[in-house]
Amino acid sequence: MRYLPLTDGDRREMLAAIGVGSVDDLFVDVPREARRDGPVDLPEHLGEMEVERAFAAMAARNLSTADVPSFLGAGAYGHHVPAAVDHLIQRGEFLTSYTPYQPEVSQGTLAYLFEFQTQVALITGMEVANASLYDGATACAEAVTMAARITKRKKVVLSGGLHPHYREVTETMTRFLGIEMAAAGPDWRGGEDLASGVDDGTACVVVQNPAFFGHLTDFAPLAEACHAAGALLVVVVTEVVSLGAVRPPGEMGADIVAVEGQSLGNALNFGGPTVGVLAARQKHLRQMPGRLVGETTDVDGRRGFVLTLSTREQHIRREKATSNICTNAGLCALAFTIHLTLLGEVGFARLAALNHAGAVRLADRLAGIDGIDVVNDTFFNEFTIRLPKPAVAVVDALADRKILGGVPVARLIPGRAELEHLLLVAVTEASTEAHIDALTEALREVL
Amino acid sequence: MADVDATLTGNRGLALEEAVIFEQDSPGLSGVDLPQPVPGNDRLGGLGRSGAIGLPGLSEPQVVRHYLRLSRMNYGIDSGLYPLGSCTMKYNPRLNERLARLPGLGGLHPLQPISTVQGALELMDACAHWLKVLTGLPGITMAPAAGAHGELVGLMTIRAALEARGDARKRVLVPESAHGTNPASAHACGYAVESIAANVRGRVDVGALKAKLDADVAAIMLTNPNTCGLFENDIIEIADAVHDAGAFFYCDGANFNAIVGRVRPGDLGIDCMHLNLHKTFSTPHGGGGPGSGPVVLSAPLVPYAPLPMVERRGDGFALVEHAGDSSAHPLGRVKGFHGQFGMMVRALAYMMSLGSDGLRQVAEDAVLNANYLLARLKDTLSLPFEGPCMHEVLFDDSFLKDTGVTTLDFAKAMIDEGFHPMTMYFPLVVHGALLMEPTETESKATLDQFIETVKGLAERARAGDARHFKDAPRLTPRRRLDETAAARNPVLVWRPPPPQAAE
Amino acid sequence: MGIVRYTKEHEWIRVEDGVGVVGITKYAQEQLGDIVYVELPEVGAGMTKGAEAAVVESVKAASEIYAPVGGEVTEVNQNLADNPGTVNTDAMGEGWFFKMRIADTDEVDRLMDGVAYQEYVESLS
Repeated sequence: MRYLPLTDGDRREMLAAIGVGSVDDLFVDVPREARRDGPVDLPEHLGEMEVERAFAAMAARNLSTADVPSFLGAGAYGHHVPAAVDHLIQRGEFLTSYTPYQPEVSQGTLAYLFEFQTQVALITGMEVANASLYDGATACAEAVTMAARITKRKKVVLSGGLHPHYREVTETMTRFLGIEMAAAGPDWRGGEDLASGVDDGTACVVVQNPAFFGHLTDFAPLAEACHAAGALLVVVVTEVVSLGAVRPPGEMGADIVAVEGQSLGNALNFGGPTVGVLAARQKHLRQMPGRLVGETTDVDGRRGFVLTLSTREQHIRREKATSNICTNAGLCALAFTIHLTLLGEVGFARLAALNHAGAVRLADRLAGIDGIDVVNDTFFNEFTIRLPKPAVAVVDALADRKILGGVPVARLIPGRAELEHLLLVAVTEASTEAHIDALTEALREVL
Repeated sequence: MADVDATLTGNRGLALEEAVIFEQDSPGLSGVDLPQPVPGNDRLGGLGRSGAIGLPGLSEPQVVRHYLRLSRMNYGIDSGLYPLGSCTMKYNPRLNERLARLPGLGGLHPLQPISTVQGALELMDACAHWLKVLTGLPGITMAPAAGAHGELVGLMTIRAALEARGDARKRVLVPESAHGTNPASAHACGYAVESIAANVRGRVDVGALKAKLDADVAAIMLTNPNTCGLFENDIIEIADAVHDAGAFFYCDGANFNAIVGRVRPGDLGIDCMHLNLHKTFSTPHGGGGPGSGPVVLSAPLVPYAPLPMVERRGDGFALVEHAGDSSAHPLGRVKGFHGQFGMMVRALAYMMSLGSDGLRQVAEDAVLNANYLLARLKDTLSLPFEGPCMHEVLFDDSFLKDTGVTTLDFAKAMIDEGFHPMTMYFPLVVHGALLMEPTETESKATLDQFIETVKGLAERARAGDARHFKDAPRLTPRRRLDETAAARNPVLVWRPPPPQAAE
Repeated sequence: MGIVRYTKEHEWIRVEDGVGVVGITKYAQEQLGDIVYVELPEVGAGMTKGAEAAVVESVKAASEIYAPVGGEVTEVNQNLADNPGTVNTDAMGEGWFFKMRIADTDEVDRLMDGVAYQEYVESLS
């Protein structure tokens, strides 16, 4: 038992010091009928090699995006993560520390969270950001309840360009809070009218940029319409790399921005863990959920960092807290911030430009294939195409050829005939010319 | 104090000062070499970014040094004893990290065709199976992202089940000693929260509980072992009373480490319980996450579990992603994609490494280590409730009476001695709480050193040397920080200093 | 300067020309420690005696402030937004929270006077 340092001799000595005969005597408060005398019905312990073999066998039954051309996106993107990121986040002092409640022994965590908050505020064009939430979808739900608290209103309008998971999570998480949700139908062509649904009972309108279907929108007019009605505009960003190329939500008048940060520093991980984060206007700070790190000084006058405004949080405010969140996504936020620090101003812009250029090239190539329509006029690194056949069947046929060709819209929004032929295709800097050739070639074959 | 070790740089030998990245900006530098994009059409529709963002430019070695220096300002489990009560800071095996990074696991996209992720679904199913057997409950959702999220999802599942029988109810009962997340989760599920008093033995007052149980109570949320480190020995009677009232029994599983492999919560009458994979199942806390909070469910709750669900179909696995694909009445989606898969990888590797025999030993050693602290410190510190305790031991601050030293001061002095402090001022049911959870991954030698240190400090406090405690910590990268100033004038983002006037 | 009355929740109310000025007592601010934030009610808000009127926060605690009597809020102390520490330095003076038009002066009469409050505080320690 390689993880257990006590020897049998230690255990005997300790039991003697405690003054009991056996460890069973320490479990006397457990009702007799619930005490199990032997182990539960599960296999016995294994050595490191045996465990590795078992996992390698499971991994071998998957097709990894690392090994084949992949054009998958829809809220999770396969970007290249620099080697330094993974090395640094595995430093034991980062990996194995707790929430930084004791600031004197947590300045490392607190300093990087302060830098993370600053980076998020800068790239979103907002004034403040929190120290992370679970993921983009739950951040979206938190943004909605935050908007309802700020406006003291209960009506919420969800764009048809919002990622279907984000819509579903927001609906579920607010289901018992009396929030009235009006979700627009799938806006796969773009150009939906949301402003006309805003009235003096609206807490917020939730939009996404780039939208789930890929198109880009200037939300400044919608922000104005919201503000005129006393409502807030919540902008969701599921591909954070887009902020290196696209006008940020803050410049469009967003009041709250909910971001999925997986694209920076974090592997795909089959969808989790990733990192959510909220950015907002300073005036709404007191209604923000989650942890916040602030700058201060120590008794010797040196700059240091602490968790602050904790009275918003559950461990102090209990049922009156702004959220029940406790553990967030600290280490994923660290990966995000290290990657963005490595990129810097120049690198972040270039990464975004590469993603966009690759997507433009692929869109042009696909537009040249008979039977394929590129639906989008505008996009960042992901766009929607219409195929002459159901997209699910096409994607399966591509997978048989060891190509992960994209995400069928019907995978997320099933049961709608008009969406059945739509496929989301994403390109990142990790997509090579050879990958693009392979996809176009294979599509010609399977269509 | 400050000048004794003064150096020109502010560094002190191996303790190196480090400026924030924004103060290390060399405009134009980047730590990532990327090819120049091939010029082409722009499809941004006029929505391109204009103007600089304000991110600093650093090279790769500068970045590595920055974060390495920051890491050295942190204390982790890898550094030493981290006896934070209720947090289960146990060793995080490195094998788990390696496995989570296998390209065939870490490199999987959540929306690949199901035929290309059969190994991942098998892994989720295996992890779920272990957790169900260990808890003795028939159902599970792997979706929740952390413990508090699991609480909320569990309560929402309960509420969905109650509403399905036309009986949503209005209140949730929560003991005074509960984690703050419990009342916050109940509130987020639209329930009113009602507190239940503790008795003189540090357990739920069963009489007070029964008096509050009526047809409006949806659930009770109980932590067991509780946050005083004690097993609720009336738990079966409590469960019966809760069920008789038509309510559900939610258990906060944060303290499962005390009983894993020895006691199955299903045998105690529990309907619903979250498991913090980052506590009992060794996935790293990572400075505050990511966590993972699967929730095990009793039979009446299973049909209302949230999406998605892994199902065995023939010799393969299916992923139920939509309500229409299921015969049940799922709650809906609670998180993007399929839960914290990367944490499930680590937790399963941990469970398979220890096995049924090792996990049982985990509980035994965790409880043994805590009781060893109790036995050896009870004459030095003050014990509000008699033992035996479970995996953590609770002391209060009466041993510091009239010394001028507070629980906080005492904890800060522990830092100078090289230990992470215990949990302080929680639970709220005793004054000046000190809650110590050593976990099973600490050796007897480490515990002995900790015990001698606590004894020595207690003696020093009683000898009247309050100054020593008020000034602590002295040896950390930063000493006590001004939290009042931070809260009165929040500075949450770095701003460039105002330009200096020319001299 | 008008009469001052106290509640068991450690609010004070001073009645000046039919208007009540409300704050927390010196004892209350001592218990809370350094005040970092005060959330004030909206001007025009009507409240009954005992309703939650404001929240006062220190670094590690938040406490509700209850209306000592029923009435309508007529003014709030904007100075506390920038200088919450005023509650610590001058709880009974510059550190007032809000003013209210008192609905029923009988409710004031039923509160504790200075002597009774002093005795009450002493009974707590």
